[in-house]
Order: sequence, then structure tokens, then C-alpha cells
Amino acid sequence: MSASSSTKSMTIGESGLSLIFAVTAFLCVFAAAKALDTAFAFHASLAAAASAASVFFILNRYFERGDLPPQEINGRPNYNLGPIKFSSFMAMFWGIAGFAVGLIIASQLAWPALNFDLPWTSFGRLRPLHTSAVIFAFGGNVLLATSFYVVQRTCRVRLAGDLAPWFVVVGYNFFILIAGTGYLLGVTEGKEYAEPEWYSDLWLTIVWVVYLLVFLTTVIKRKEPHIFVANWFYLAFIVTIAVLHLGNNPALPVSFFGSKSYIAWGGVQDAMFQWWYGHNAVGFFLTAGFLAIMYYFIPKRAERPVYSYRLSIIHFWALIFLYIWAGPHHLHYTALPDWTQTLGMTFSIMLWMPSWGGMINGLMTLSGAWDKLRTDPVLRMLVVSVAFYGMSTFEGPMMSIKVVNSLSHYTDWTIGHVHSGALGWVGFVSFGALYCLVPWIWNRKGLYSLKLVNWHFWTATLGIVLYISAMWVSGILQGLMWRSYTALGFLEYSFIETVEAMHPFYIIRAAGGALFLIGSLIMAYNLWMTVRVGEEEVQSPVALQPAE
Amino acid sequence: MKPILAVENIASSLVTTLWTPIFFAIFIAIVTYALWPRNKAAFDEAASMPLREE
Repeated sequence: MSASSSTKSMTIGESGLSLIFAVTAFLCVFAAAKALDTAFAFHASLAAAASAASVFFILNRYFERGDLPPQEINGRPNYNLGPIKFSSFMAMFWGIAGFAVGLIIASQLAWPALNFDLPWTSFGRLRPLHTSAVIFAFGGNVLLATSFYVVQRTCRVRLAGDLAPWFVVVGYNFFILIAGTGYLLGVTEGKEYAEPEWYSDLWLTIVWVVYLLVFLTTVIKRKEPHIFVANWFYLAFIVTIAVLHLGNNPALPVSFFGSKSYIAWGGVQDAMFQWWYGHNAVGFFLTAGFLAIMYYFIPKRAERPVYSYRLSIIHFWALIFLYIWAGPHHLHYTALPDWTQTLGMTFSIMLWMPSWGGMINGLMTLSGAWDKLRTDPVLRMLVVSVAFYGMSTFEGPMMSIKVVNSLSHYTDWTIGHVHSGALGWVGFVSFGALYCLVPWIWNRKGLYSLKLVNWHFWTATLGIVLYISAMWVSGILQGLMWRSYTALGFLEYSFIETVEAMHPFYIIRAAGGALFLIGSLIMAYNLWMTVRVGEEEVQSPVALQPAE
Repeated sequence: MKPILAVENIASSLVTTLWTPIFFAIFIAIVTYALWPRNKAAFDEAASMPLREE
């Protein structure tokens, strides 16, 4: 591995990682040869190829580079933007892929012939592909990109590590690739939002620990004495996802050379762990992480300080203390002990307050800058996302109440609720953040076209409204049909009659999804043109202003 | 038969009963810290951290 021909020498990271990847490549070829099923052989081969490619890229980068990039240039932090650019690009790519698969499965529900009678294109395999692509691939890359940007900016230091940030962003996307192709091939643990099999889980664990180390080390070496609130939210997101991932995935593989594994938890404990994981994935991945985005990007875009920093501290800790107990509301009227269900319901209702604390803080940050909503569609997108956050965090506690849940559970109402949060809150805050981030990191004066942002905003908003109103109507209709009795005490409707009643709403939902997808294509074009033809921003020669 | 007053029994029952008041006290401490008048200036400054970059 010694390759030093000039005065520069390899860092421990470069030599260590290329050695580890070389060994991994060999082990993966071995595993592919011994594989018990084709999916495992395919994944082992992919991992072997990726490991070999990593060795090549690390060595190539070493021979090409001069000295390591400096921490500061002219007294200004030399921010590391490469991994952020990569993640932003991947976010847009996976976003379009995930929305498209969502449209396909929505259409399959309306027109079942679209399953094509093939295992790989059946609803059961495409559905986890959709959820993982939008949550973990799109949302995850947005969180990686923004967290690496925000932590550098608000700590005023270069991101910790040289290869480590690249390891995190590329490694995470490789995890997505393995998980996603696995679903299509029928490789799944069958746990909602935690479908990846044991080897993908192990790989994600390694990537996630490095992510935590990079983030934490950057915070530790910060030049700002205060840790900005967005970094608290990011840190809570990273730490909790690590804990959730480990808690929900202790699986024993049938063989080290096969994809199948069995979970260590049994029966109702498994269900409890699954929804402790599932709901906190909502709380810490889809909420804490994106609240971090809100706390940096809305003040930045509105050019107003955070409305109440005190409120941000209180609602942060309230979220941390309460969220972790809310999971059992996914298991109302099941074998889970009654008191646990009631506990989950109680904490879910209490969660309403810290959630709205966040919403109020986000919205009120616009105090004195409301007029910007008329002229800046990006800010409008960010603000509407917070409004959707407020709406879905009111709806959620309401649905967690047992009597409401007895009507709403297992119906489309749940799907509608999830999508008002996912499309309205997570989607819009991510779009807004990417619209801000792309010109900043590619050093452009502004976006290619604000008019196109406007088009994106209205297309996507219309799509969301169609989606969630269709699901409200269909969900409540479905729930009422399931529970209606005749005068003689028989169920009034057969199941297939309720399915038939859903048909028009499934078509409206698919139309809403199509509009949302079209909006994202407009966005991708706009961002692409911003990078390609956007006017370059001239860097001001004056040094960074000293902190006041 | 296990002795009722074994150290691990006392410890585990303490942990399982005490976490509620402990967490509550920690949360009250956080709220106090956030609302403490003397911290206001520092928080107001922190609120505009994203705006203070170049």
C-alpha cells in the first residue's frame, strides 16, 4: 500500500480505507461465490465491485492531489462542499425516482392490471421501494447535504475528516442501492420502514457511526462558542436513528452466505419494537432532522432571526422527552397490553404542544418579512411546509386517540395523514432547502428561474390537496363501511364492496401524485440550469465579519 | 428464594420508580434555563446566528 513517490504521504484514512476496501472486495467475491441465493450473490458482487472501485478512487485521488485542503484560506473557513454537492444531486435523483414509483403504485391500486403479474413489479415489492426511496433516499440525502452545510456554517469550521464525509455520503447511497434492489428481488425483513436485510443493516450501522463522528467532531472543533439550535436537532436525529436502528434490527442470519434472517424479538415484543422504531423514525428522521432545516433555512431566506430562541430550546427538549413514548399508538386494539396503548396515546396527545411550538417558531420567524411571501416562491414553499407540519401534527395526535383510531386505523385516512406530512412538510421544506442550497454551494448568484419555482409550488400544492382530500374522504368512507351493521346485526358491506367504493378516490390520488412528480421534474430542470448556465457569484474580497 | 432486600432489587426498583421525577426535574431545569432573564441577551444573539455569516 505504500505509494509515496514524492514528499507527500498517505493519510491514515487513505491507506487504512484502501486496505479495508481491498480486503472487503476479496471477501465479497468469496461471499458471492458461496452465495445460497441469487439476490445475495448479486449484492455481494455489487459490494465487491464497489469496494474495488473505492480502492481505485482513493488511490487515484491520492496521486492527483497536492497537499490536503487547508482548514482556512485567508482567515476564512475553507468549507468542504464536495460531499454536499453529491448528496444534493442524489437527493434530486432519488426524489424523482421515489415519486415516480409512488405514482406507479397509486395507479396499480386504481388499475390492478398495472402489476403486470410479475413478482418484481407487484405492489408488495414496489411499495417499500417507494417509501424507502422517498424517506431514506430523498429525505436522507437532503438531511446529509443540509446537515453538512449547516454544521460547517454555524460552527465556522471546515467539516471534520478528509475521506470520512465522502465515505458517509457515498456509503449511504450504496446502502440505498442494496436495500432498493433487494426489495425488487424479494429480499426483505418485512418490517415497515425497516425492510433492509441483515447485511444492509450492518453496512448502514458502519456508515451511520461515521456520520455521527464527522458531525460531532465538527461541532467539537467549532469556532463559534454557541451550538446553534439547528445542530441540536441534527444531532438528536443522528443519535436517535442510530439507537432505533440497533434496537429494531437485531436479526440472526440463517447463513452468512444468504439474504434471509430472523429477528431476535418475538411476538408482541417485536411489534412493540417495530413501532417504537417506526414512530420515532417519523419523530427523529422526518421531524427533528427537517426542523433543523427549518431553523437554518427559514431565518436565512427571510433574513430574520429565529422568532424565539427560548421556545426553540423548550420545544426541542419537550420533543426529545415525549416522542420516544408515542409508538404504541400504532398498535391500538392489538395484543399489546392496554396500559401501553393508553400510554402511547397520552404521549401522542402531549406531543401536539412541542410540535406546534416548532410550527409557531417557524412561522413567526417571518414577523416583519411577510411581504416576501408575495415575491419569493422559495420562502413561500418553506412557510407552507411549516403550515403542513402544523396541520399534520394536529391530525396525528387526534388519530392516536383510541376511539378515533378505531375508525381511522387500516384505512386510507392514515395514508392521507402520512402524505400531508411527507409531501407537505418534508417534501416542501426539502425543496425549499435545495432551492437555497444549490445556488450557494455551486456559487451562483441565484436560481435559474423563480418563475419555474412558482410553477413547481402551485403544481405540487394542487397535487397535495388532491392527494390528501381524496384520502380523507376515502379513508372515512372505508372506515364507516367496515363498521356499519344491518338491522339484523350483520355487516352491511362485504370487503370487496368497500374496495369498489375506493376506486374514484384512487384515481384522484394518482392524479395528485402525478402533479407532485411533474413539480419535481420542473425543479430538477431549474436546478440543473442553475448549475449549468447560472451566473457566478463574485466572492467578496473582504474577510469574514467577526462574530458580534 | 431470592432475598427481597438484595442490592440489585433495590437498585432496579429505584431506577424504575425514580425516572419519572428525575426526567421531570431535568425538564424543569431546562425550562428554567431557557426562561432565565439573564440568558435572554445570549439567546437573542444566538437567534440571528444564521444571518451573521458573510
